[in-house]
Amino acid sequence: MTGRPLAFVNARLLDPATGLDAPGGLLVRDRRIVALGPEIAAGALPGDTEIVECGGHCLSPGLVDMRATSGEPGHEHRETIASAGAAAAAGGVTALAYLPNTDPPIDTVAVLEFVVHRARKARGVKVFPYGCATRGAAGTAMTEMGLLAEAGAVAVTDGNRAIGDPLVMYRVLSYAAGFDLLVVQHPEEPRLADGGAMNAGETATRLGLVGIPAQAEVMIVERDLRLLELTGGRYHVAHISTAAAIDAVRQAKRRGLAVSCDTAPPYFALTEADVGDYRTFAKLSPPLRDEADRRAVVDGLADGTIDVIASDHLPHDQEAKRQPFAQAEPGIVGLETLLPLALELHHQGRIGLLDLLARLTQRPAELLRLPLGRLAVGGAADLVLFDLDTPGRIAVDGFHGKSKNSPFDGRPIAGRVLRTLVDGRTVFSAEGCVPVEKPAGPMPTG
Amino acid sequence: MNRPTRPPAFDRRHLLAIADLDPAEIAVLLDRADGYVDVNRQPEKKSARLRGRTVINLFFENSTRTRTSFELAGKRLGADTINMSVGSSSIKKGETLIDTAMTLNAMHPDVLVVRHPESGAVKLLSEKVEAAVINAGDGSHEHPTQALLDALTIRRRCGRLDGLVVAICGDILHSRVARSNIHLLNIMGASVRVVAPPTLLPMAIERLGVEVHHDMKSGLAEADIVMMLRLQLERMQGSYVPSTREYFRFYGLDSEKLAVAKPGALIMHPGPMNRGVEIDSAVADDIDRSVILDQVELGVAVRMACLDLLTPKIEATE
Repeated sequence: MTGRPLAFVNARLLDPATGLDAPGGLLVRDRRIVALGPEIAAGALPGDTEIVECGGHCLSPGLVDMRATSGEPGHEHRETIASAGAAAAAGGVTALAYLPNTDPPIDTVAVLEFVVHRARKARGVKVFPYGCATRGAAGTAMTEMGLLAEAGAVAVTDGNRAIGDPLVMYRVLSYAAGFDLLVVQHPEEPRLADGGAMNAGETATRLGLVGIPAQAEVMIVERDLRLLELTGGRYHVAHISTAAAIDAVRQAKRRGLAVSCDTAPPYFALTEADVGDYRTFAKLSPPLRDEADRRAVVDGLADGTIDVIASDHLPHDQEAKRQPFAQAEPGIVGLETLLPLALELHHQGRIGLLDLLARLTQRPAELLRLPLGRLAVGGAADLVLFDLDTPGRIAVDGFHGKSKNSPFDGRPIAGRVLRTLVDGRTVFSAEGCVPVEKPAGPMPTG
Repeated sequence: MNRPTRPPAFDRRHLLAIADLDPAEIAVLLDRADGYVDVNRQPEKKSARLRGRTVINLFFENSTRTRTSFELAGKRLGADTINMSVGSSSIKKGETLIDTAMTLNAMHPDVLVVRHPESGAVKLLSEKVEAAVINAGDGSHEHPTQALLDALTIRRRCGRLDGLVVAICGDILHSRVARSNIHLLNIMGASVRVVAPPTLLPMAIERLGVEVHHDMKSGLAEADIVMMLRLQLERMQGSYVPSTREYFRFYGLDSEKLAVAKPGALIMHPGPMNRGVEIDSAVADDIDRSVILDQVELGVAVRMACLDLLTPKIEATE
């Protein structure tokens, strides 16, 4: 079946993989990009082409989010795969890697296949589940990583839990290396972090809260890097947040180890000071750090030590956050604020636009071995059209996801998603733009 | 009847490790064993070669196959063979390995066949006794007679060892069988691959002269011999391997994985097998390719050869 071609004209084409940043157009047919460049322009296209006038706005590969959680299965009132997909689409995210901390966790092929099935049924953005590295993410016995990978797991991780036992981590890294599987670690020494509610230091002391020392992060990272020297394979540090850990990764990359890392917007946009008067929306895991660490995150992103910016989307209902600080659940929603918060770094002149987009598209796709995250002729038409400059504010009330636990409400930003396409189909369109296409016809397979 | 001749030079008191041997010594052992294969196939199997000699099978670890094989070998050579199973009870009583050795030494045995759960324990014991000591398996270190019987099985089927490609698959980490085979095959000029998940490979295994593979398809490609190892069930519950199901899927030998080996490649297993874990029943029972029962048969001949060749040395020093 041949669909009607769709042309984006008068766009600023941005493709980090090729270094393209130039005015031009892009032609989509049958779910794929078929052409791009200055020659794609109104007037030079076949008569049946549907034309989208981009008004000079940015057209880039859809964002590939390496870390997102929803409540499905187990806590669907917080978020479902479908509602997370809607939030993702609104955030310009066309593919997300789905963390395994569900209930039951994604530690068997059966649960993984359930998630894949639910995602296919939702027909929104592309969802790529992680498999747990250990059973129940309990950090003791390995999961059937080989079978999980065959069933579609993009990597193994215990998600928001650290693999604390060094022998277990040694075996996990070693076994995963046999399948060339990426191992993603939540970098926190569990015993040191036990009972902690925020970053250790003056603020925690003043508030009378139990602190988690920044050292808890670098200790696990350094330990794992030593193990990686023994095992080989690929290791990824999730939501890195401290100067010391970033430096450990920087040194390890220089030594030639196959290590990568990501961070999330709160770690370069906020600090522990934002906990203020026990604001539970500023409770995260790892916790918000101090200003020196925040600057180190920005520097790490700028020099490429930090490969990826992920949303770290973790929805919670009101009740989970309306608690005394120590008892409140950590984590915030992030899918709908990922792009504008990342763009702050560009607007501040800290990082070039293409480099920034690489950390949101090309790089995560490479790490997860997904053929996505680039404007490639013949590749999937997963795209985001965004307005880079018009000022606005983050409005939590307008979020498309089920949960609204974000500390960024009202924050002034510049950067707004206008339209998101997955396989050439519009899955999000900002107010005033074209309506979103409802899925029609039989479900695509694969 | 082809009676074995007097042993040519095999100038060793003990048989402790394949790694100690040179190609000529291995050839002598295999040649001698070859002769005993024919003896064992005759109705009258018993000879008087070791009449009046005492062989003690001293097993500090449970074993049925190896102990029976040695017992039969000793009896067929006319030796007085006794079995001593030293379970945990003696160890609990506080008797040390050396005490046990000294006690036995006082009884003047000619050969001690020793198995022990600790690597190096058989060598330690050999230093304290006058008898010849045969290592019947020490920890994860060596199991020389298994490697010799494997080599004899291959040599009788293929006519040689030199130049063959042998893939050893499974729990290399804990396997004394693997270590002895790696040494023997390298000494005799075969090329050796190990195929296992990284969690079941000891560190720096490539330094022992093997090619390392984590994938059965690449590890078995064009192999002449596929040697499977037993994987203990307690190691398949998440510590070394996630599950038996996953192990069988990726590392169990089935006809699909075997298809990449040379046509007619031999399948070997030291036993006892975990069917459906490391080996599919259809493959294990394939009479054209599986030589698993040959291994058991030749095991007796190899052990007769070892007892035979180690005994004269004692005689000479008496």
